[in-house]
Order: sequence, then C-alpha cells, then structure tokens
Amino acid sequence: MTTATLQAEPQPVARVARTYLNERTTIASWLLTTDHKRIALLYMVSITLFFLIGGAAATLMRLELLTPQGDLVASDTYNKLFTIHGVVMVWFFLIPSIPTVLGNFLLPMMIGARDVAFPKINLASWYLFMGGGAFAVFSILSGGVDTGWTFYTPYSSTYANGHVIAMATGIFIAGFGSIATGLNFIVTTHKMRAPGMTWMKLPLFVWSLYTTSIILVLATPVLAITLALMALERAFGVGIFNPSLGGDPLLFQHLFWFYSHPAVYIMILPGMGVVSELITCFARKKIFGYQFVAAASVAIAVLGFLVWGHHMFVSSQSIYAGMIFSVLSFMVAIPSAIKVFNWTATLYKGSISFHTPMLYALGFIGLFTIGGLTGLFLASLAVDVHVHDTYFVIAHFHYIMVGGMVMAYLGALHFWWPKITGRMYPEWLAKLAALSIFAGFNLTFFPQFILGYLGMPRRYHVYAPEFQVLNVLSTAGASILALGYFLPLGYLLWSWKYGKIAGPNPWRATGLEWTTPSPPPKDNFDTTPIVTEGPYEYDPRATEAELRAAHA
Amino acid sequence: MRTFFNSLFPPQASNLAPKVDAIYFALLGLCGFVALLVCLAILFFCVRYRRGSGADRTPPKWRQRPFELAWTITPFFIFLGLFFWAAEVFFGMSRPPRNATEIYIVGKQWMWKIQHPDGRREINELHIPIGQPVKLIMTSEDVIHDFFIPGFRNKQDVVPGRYTTEWFTPTKAGSYHLFCAQYCGTNHSRMVGNIYVMEPAEHAKWLAGQPAPDSLIAAGERAFRNRGCSGCHAPNAAIRAPLLDGIYGKQVPLSDSSLVTADDQYLRNSILLPNKQIAAGYEPIMPTFQGQIDEQELNAIIAYLKSLWEGDVR
Repeated sequence: MTTATLQAEPQPVARVARTYLNERTTIASWLLTTDHKRIALLYMVSITLFFLIGGAAATLMRLELLTPQGDLVASDTYNKLFTIHGVVMVWFFLIPSIPTVLGNFLLPMMIGARDVAFPKINLASWYLFMGGGAFAVFSILSGGVDTGWTFYTPYSSTYANGHVIAMATGIFIAGFGSIATGLNFIVTTHKMRAPGMTWMKLPLFVWSLYTTSIILVLATPVLAITLALMALERAFGVGIFNPSLGGDPLLFQHLFWFYSHPAVYIMILPGMGVVSELITCFARKKIFGYQFVAAASVAIAVLGFLVWGHHMFVSSQSIYAGMIFSVLSFMVAIPSAIKVFNWTATLYKGSISFHTPMLYALGFIGLFTIGGLTGLFLASLAVDVHVHDTYFVIAHFHYIMVGGMVMAYLGALHFWWPKITGRMYPEWLAKLAALSIFAGFNLTFFPQFILGYLGMPRRYHVYAPEFQVLNVLSTAGASILALGYFLPLGYLLWSWKYGKIAGPNPWRATGLEWTTPSPPPKDNFDTTPIVTEGPYEYDPRATEAELRAAHA
Repeated sequence: MRTFFNSLFPPQASNLAPKVDAIYFALLGLCGFVALLVCLAILFFCVRYRRGSGADRTPPKWRQRPFELAWTITPFFIFLGLFFWAAEVFFGMSRPPRNATEIYIVGKQWMWKIQHPDGRREINELHIPIGQPVKLIMTSEDVIHDFFIPGFRNKQDVVPGRYTTEWFTPTKAGSYHLFCAQYCGTNHSRMVGNIYVMEPAEHAKWLAGQPAPDSLIAAGERAFRNRGCSGCHAPNAAIRAPLLDGIYGKQVPLSDSSLVTADDQYLRNSILLPNKQIAAGYEPIMPTFQGQIDEQELNAIIAYLKSLWEGDVR
C-alpha cells in the first residue's frame, strides 16, 4: 500500500522544489532511509496494518458476543481472537503509535534539529519492530496463541496450546525496537535542541515523548526478562513460575505488571502531549499552567512505576501490599486530573474553532476523564474485588486506550497531515468520521461498565443470557466505530494526491515544525532556528481582531 | 421499573454486598459530579468563546498558582478518604469470623469440586443456609482460577500450590451465579456454577435428602492411616518423626532456627515438599507425596490434623 502510494506521488509540485518525499523515490531509498520523517511513514504504514489485524479480531469477537451461546466460532478460536487482539493492539499498535509515527516525525522538527541523535539506530528500531511483528504474524497464521495478552503462568508456561514461544519472541524483539526508540528520543531531547530552546520552552508534546521514552527504556527490559523466563519454563521445564516445578505463579504477575502498568502510561502520555498542542492551537491560547502540565507528565512516569500491584488485589498478594498499591494508585490519578483541569482552563477566554483535530482533542478530554474516573473504582480495594476481571475493567481501559490514545492519534494525524503530506484532508468527511467514532465508541464501551458491575467476567466465550441486551448494544456500537475508522483510511489516502495544497502553516500554529515548508525538505530547516519565545505564544484577541477586519 | 433496575444492577445477597455497593454509589456520585462539571465547563467555554463570538477576552488578572494548588490538594484529600473507606471494607473481607463453616474448594480445568466438613461433596454447586458465615479454603489442581460470586460481591484467585480463602455470610435466599473469573483455557467460560442460598429449615431438608458419607475428618483420619503417615508420626514409631497432635496453629521451630506457624499452607508444604522446611531436631527423611495424593485427599488430611488440636485460639 505504502510504497505504491508513495511511488505515485506526483512530480515535484511547483511550490516546493525538493521535499523529503520526492528527494529519492526508489524502494531502496525508503527501506534504507535514515531520515526520521521517512522512518515515521514506514511506521505509519506498519502500525496501520497491525491495527487492521487487531481490529479484525475485535470484529469477530463482537460478532460472537451478539448471542450468549458460542455459535459463531469455537471456544479455542475465541480465546485466540482475544489474544491476537490484545497482543497486536498493545505491542504493535498502541505502544508504537504516537511515539514512532508522530514522535519520529515531529520531535526533531519541534526542537529545531535536522534529525534524531542516532538516525541509523532509528532505522534499526523499525527493523526490530517489523522482525517482532513477523514472529507475531507467524504465530497467528500457524495456529495462534490462547493465553491472553497477559501470558499468566502456569497456564502459558505449561498448559496452553499454540505457539506461545513464537509470540513471546515477537514481543521480545519488538521490545528492543522500543528501547532503541526511547534511547534515541532521550538523547535527541538532551543534545539536539536548537539555540534558545530551553527545557521550559519545549512544546508539551516533547515533554510527553521524553517521559514516555524514560519509561520505555526502564520498563521494557523487565518485560523481556519476564517473557524469556516464561519461555524457559515452557521449553525446558525450568521451574520458575509453575508451583508443581517449585516455582511461584505470582512472581510472573509481579514481573509482568511491573512492565505492563508503566506501559499503560507509555500508551497515554504521548496522547496527552498531543492534546496540549491541539487545545492551545485551536483555542489560540497559551496553555494554562505549562509547568504543572509538564511536571504532571514526570509525576505520572515516576508514580506509574509504583502501582503495578493494583492488578493483583485478588491474586493472593498480601493484603498489606494491596493497601500500599491502592493508596499509590489513587495518587497517580492526581497528575492526570491536573492535566484535565489545565486543558479545560486553557479554553477560558480563547478564540475557539472546531476543526477536526480539535474535535478529537475535546473527545479525548471527555473520554479520558471517564476512563480516569472509573480508574478510581478499581483503585478502591473493596470495589475492585467485585469488578476485577470483569467487563468493568475492559470498559475502563478501552476508555483510556481507545477513547484516549486512539482519539489523540487520529487528532494528531489530522493536525499534522498537512505538514506530512503538504495536503489538506477533506474537512466535512473528517468531522463526520470523528463524530461517528465518538458515538460508536461510547455505545460500544459504556454498556460494558454496567455489564462489569453485573458480574460478567472478561474473556468469556459463552455468557449468561441476562447479559445479552447490553452485549447487543455494544456490538451495535462497534459496527459504527468500525465504519468511523474506515473513513479516514479512505479519505486520507485520497487527500495525499487530491487534497487541497496546505502551505507551510494552515493552522497558523506556533511550533517550529510549522516554520518549514510542507512537506519539509530532507534536512527540515534551511538554517538552524533560534528560539526566543515559549511554545504557545497565541493571542485570542489578535485572532478575533483579524476575523473582524476580514469581515469588515 | 424494578426489573429494569435488576437488569442494570446485581442482586445483593451477602453481608459484603451492601458495604461494597455503598462505596460504589459514593464513587458514582462523586465521579458523575466531576465528569459533569468538566463537561459543562468545556461546553460552556466552547459556546461562549467560539471564534467570532464577541465575548470579552481580556486576559484575567488572577494568578494561576492558587488554581493549581486547589485542584492538586482537593483530590489528594478526597482520594485519601476513599482509600481508607475501601481499605477498611477490604480488610473485613479478608478476616473470616471464627464460627464460619470451613468448606474446601478445588478448582481444575474446567470444574469446581467442593467438599463440605460433613464429607458431602458437590460439583459446580454449593448449597448453603442463610445467615451462616462460610469460609472457603481454595486451591487449584492446575492453572489459576478465580471463585467469583457477583451476587456476594466477592472473588478470589484460586492458585495452584497454595491456599487462598474467601468468606461471606449469605443474606438472601435464591440461586446465584458462580463464575471462574481468571482465564484458564478452552472452557473458561463454561467453568460456571450455582450457589444456592436456602432458608435453614429448607437447607436441613435438603441435607436429609443427601447420602451421609464419612465426615471430612473421618476421611482424613483414614487417609492418614492408609497413606502410612501414622507409621512414623506416632508416639511409639520406630522412625522418629514429629508428633502432630495439636500442631495446628502452633509455632514450629525449623532447623534453620526460624519459626513458622503451622497453618494450612505449612501442613500442605510438609506433605508435598517435605524438604522445604525441616522441623528442628529431625532428619530430613520424609518422602514427598507430590503427585501421589490429590487435592481433595490432602484437604481431608489437613482437616483431620486440624481436628487434633484442642485449643480455641485461632
């Protein structure tokens, strides 16, 4: 899909002589590129494909759940579907999504650099990611895995069927891609900032990428170790997690969540960064409480490492450990609340316009707020005992991951699309897509909160008949959601060739990335920019005055 | 109206349910309020300050810091309050009362095996009388399962190689779902059952209709003899092994000079992994029974060892 489309890119448009897209157009020039912008596009195409795989699995699951009996697919198939959905969406879509696509594309431009610190390692990251993806696809095609994305032992290490080790190897390899990307971003942020670009002048998106990278570098190795130990037990019977071999099954859960809880913040922090950019630009306002929003990212990254045990309140972990993890989980909600309040306050006395990226940003705030607040139910020990491992948890994290992260990803894609391609997307179609995604999403996942409190456990192929009405609602919502996702896939590809020419700064945004032509030249900037102002020097009154002058 | 409510809310059938639901509704109220506040503020700003609205946009004079402090500190104290409330209820959920009936549960792919103290066994069904506290002592033969009764608002993972407990007092007659809540393989979603809560008189009638096997303790005593345990763990045995009369609940000195409480887990380990913890002053000569003895027989032996204990402190 990509190379064909990119090959078809028309000859240099009159307004820009040479861009990163048309500089060289051979397939090798793409596969061997070290340009951060091209690597971003490689990632964009790859994660779109993985999103389609994960989405197809979700579609089949929702169809199966239309009826309480297991009548569409067999139980083993259903179990493989939710495993594919989880593994692919977490490791091959959500974790790479904003950092590797928009982070790669924007981080150097936002700080006034020509590229990331280690361009070759950046390309190697993509190959590691694709290598890991190949293992995952192999394990799906050769029969699948039925452990769930959590790989709990001793089920995964002893009892599960299927290609568990191949799947774990895929995640293991892709993890090194993540680590390399994180390392690259950290060094880039420290060493490549343009003159005058001090830490307190960094765009908040850069702050969020920076904190995300720190988590990637610190947490991902633990996942690699955990999966390696699991594979060791599965392949050679080394007793680590299986009690009948002298192991401890809870050890696996501790190690797994020590990575996977921070991973939640890997998935949401970049989305928060995007929203800070979008809200300020479309409200024409300086962000309210810049330092607090930036510090909240750091606080989330730090506290996020100390709350893994809240996945284990009923696992037979000590009740005192449970209490510590509970109180810390409440505390990690505070920085998220700070961000929501600051975004809301930023709108005050702004000059607000409602282009598609802004619709996604506002949708993000609403859905993330619901997702975050329902997290408080799960942090509350006694309530978690009841809703743990039910659809309540499913609904909660989909509000964060899909309502939050996917909305932010789509918002970012629309916002920076003119910069990436030099073309505008069709506004009305895009608004229609944003609204159907918002409506479809809520109809899919809100009923699942109720299902969860009623007691419907997750990962159930067949379920009690009284849960059917809510499941039908959820499936209906998923159909709308799926249609909403296909729209951008179509019109964004269309706009690549036929969209309106965007010009360097269609949103009149303030970031450095908007000071270069669209699409940017290979080296981003003709001369290294010198930064004298903060990132959000917007003036709502000036915008209003211009508007009046234009109408007069 | 009532049926509509029932389709959105599970039955309240145990002593724990109203306590958990109280926190749930408090959270719903609080979170609903905050969500509404944020959404209304956003809507209001979006309408009032839409581009070209003509609203006053003079930069406000007040400082930002007081706002930031207010919306950092307020949630902190509210969260602390919520934490203590939920933790207090959780603490109670983890402390079974002394007079609770002890019922052994063994989970395996994909069924629940249940042993009552009087020796009756059930599969995927549990009949219990209203008002009598029940303590479940649970373990698994294979992978991790989870014993979840939504109507009772209680759940606990059932983990191989260790005992976990869960307790409740049923308060409302009826039939309630039992679900396995921890994914355990192919038929995870079919590892379900029913909890029947009965009026005491009705329960007695149901009991009378059941065959009366040996009590769990008697079965355990028989196993203790048949498995040869009594050959060594007896006062005049040729091989010197610790006497087990009254051992349950005591502090046992180990050969590495540490102390361990002789609870269910210790007794289990001593039978299956005898070399893990050696009682001080004895040779590590006990053979392992791992793989020879199933979970239900093990439960009977432990119930028997507990019965040898005369004290009344738990």
